[in-house]
Formats: sequence, C-alpha cells, structure tokens
Amino acid sequence: MFRPVVRLSTSGVRSLTRTRQCYSAPLASRCYSHAKVETDEEFDARWVTYFSKPDIDAWELKKGDLLKNIENTSASFYEGMNTLIGYDLVPEPKILDSALRACRRLNDLASAIRILEAVKDKSGPHKDIYPYLIQELQPTLIELGISTPEDLGMDIL
Amino acid sequence: MLTSRALVRGLKSGFWRPLSSTSSVQAAHVKVPQYNNRLDTPLSDVPFVRNLNSEQRQLKEKEKGPWTKLTKEEKIALYRLTHELTYPEMRRGSSEWKTVLGGVFIFLGFSGMLVWWQRIFVFGEVPHTLSDEWVEKQTQRMIDMRINPVGGFAYHWDYVKKQWK
Repeated sequence: MFRPVVRLSTSGVRSLTRTRQCYSAPLASRCYSHAKVETDEEFDARWVTYFSKPDIDAWELKKGDLLKNIENTSASFYEGMNTLIGYDLVPEPKILDSALRACRRLNDLASAIRILEAVKDKSGPHKDIYPYLIQELQPTLIELGISTPEDLGMDIL
Repeated sequence: MLTSRALVRGLKSGFWRPLSSTSSVQAAHVKVPQYNNRLDTPLSDVPFVRNLNSEQRQLKEKEKGPWTKLTKEEKIALYRLTHELTYPEMRRGSSEWKTVLGGVFIFLGFSGMLVWWQRIFVFGEVPHTLSDEWVEKQTQRMIDMRINPVGGFAYHWDYVKKQWK
C-alpha cells in the first residue's frame, strides 16, 4: 500500500527510456522480461505466511541473505526481518502483525520492539506512516503486551 | 643446524600462531557471528549480552510468560540485553566535524605563519627594476614605442590629451 508513495527509485524515468526502444509495440505491452511480476497482495500474503510459520526459529525470523529469486511467488522460508527491511518499502500492518506474533512464539520481546523501531526508521521523511502502523497494530500490541519505543522513552536520546 | 631449528620454533610460536585461524579464538574473531549496530539490519546475529548473570537469566525466564506482566524497566532491560544502541542512538551524529575543521584551520594557519616568516627572513630585496622610479621610466618608454597599439598597452593611452583613457 505504501510502495507507490515511498518508492524512491526512478522507475518512471526508466519506463520512459524503455518505450522509446520499442517503436512498433502497442501501448499495453512493454519490452520487459517475461518473469511474472508479483502484485502487492501476493507480496504481503507471502510475507504473512512466512512469519506465521508455527515453528519458526530465531534464524528464520532474522534472516539476512536472499536465497530465493524474488519473482518466485511460492512461500520462501529463507527470508526474514532483515531482508524485509532491505526492500524499498514499509511493510504492511498485517506483515508486521505476523512478525510480532512470531517474536512472541520465540519469547523475544526485544526483537518485537526493534521491529517497531526499524519500520519507523524505514518510513524516513514520511512521518505519517508510523503513527498509522501503530494505530493498526494497537490491538496486537495490547494483546501481546508489547510496548512501543515511545512508551519506553527510547525514541529520544 | 640447531640455530635454524630454534629459529623455526620461534617463528611458529611467535609469528605464525597469531595468523592461524584454528588456534584459540581471539576476542573479535571475524568468522564467528558478531553483534552489530546497523540501521539496515534490525535483528543482529547474536544478542549484545551473551553471558547473562543470574538476575538477567531470571528476567529471560519471565520473558517466556505473558509480556503484559513485565514492567517498563524490565522491558527496557530486555531490549538492552539484546541490543546495544537504539535507532536514535545509532543515528546520533557527533561533534567530530568541529575537531576536524579546527585541525584543518590550525594547520593552514601554521603554514601561513611559515610563509610569512619566509617572506620576512628568507627572501632578499626585490630587483631594482620594480622600483617606482624605474617603472615610471619604463612605462613612458613603452608608450613612446607604442607597445600593442591595437588591443593592448598603448591603445589605452590618449596621445592627444597625454593621459590614460
């Protein structure tokens, strides 16, 4: 949902230069690769499924390197929070909800708070994203007993 | 032959061992997973505090229960066990630039001092051909010779009014 807003890449310029190369191509088809592009919903669903794994372990929660091709839309169990933060987007509340519950299963409160800090940092100059996320996550936060960094006074130096 | 054997032994213990990776692991051995404070890696490979004392272990036990029962201080303590710095602390800048800029100016000033000293104590007098008297006579001769009458020197002299244009 936030990707069109927060995407900082110059994809608009890129598509302009691409169409210039395809003189006779009709408007609908572009000369892009033939790999299937994942929609936003599929992306979200994949990540929610990933964090919802009941016996997820700490390594999978953290996982840094990308072992699977992004365009492969089946659930990949080798991505984790570090990879998610590496993408050019702020995760949806439902993905974060799934991740926070994974932290609960792993008895790791520190990681849960860290995830909240990370998404706030990830939204960068768009200051209205984080309050929205907290508002959406409020039921989960109350249920699991996770305090936000603001509650703990950790958002200031 | 004996001396060379002693030399090899000395080399083995004194020189090669610190380079070896299979001997006893040093404190910050880079092949072992390390803790790091990175904005792009929120969850580090290992927690910041690995060796917990009994108090901290009790807290970890309490963490296994409902988190609603933890006090704020306990939550902060749990966070600090796993992470050294919070995101604002990671993002905090330092005043190092003032030191750097100050150092640059000090050295520039010192160089300036050297140049000034050199000007006073090392350089001799300028040649006599740069004295005002000589330059006057020189300029008059240049005007008389009509140096660069089109685009240069004598062009700027008004020969009628006998002054610069």
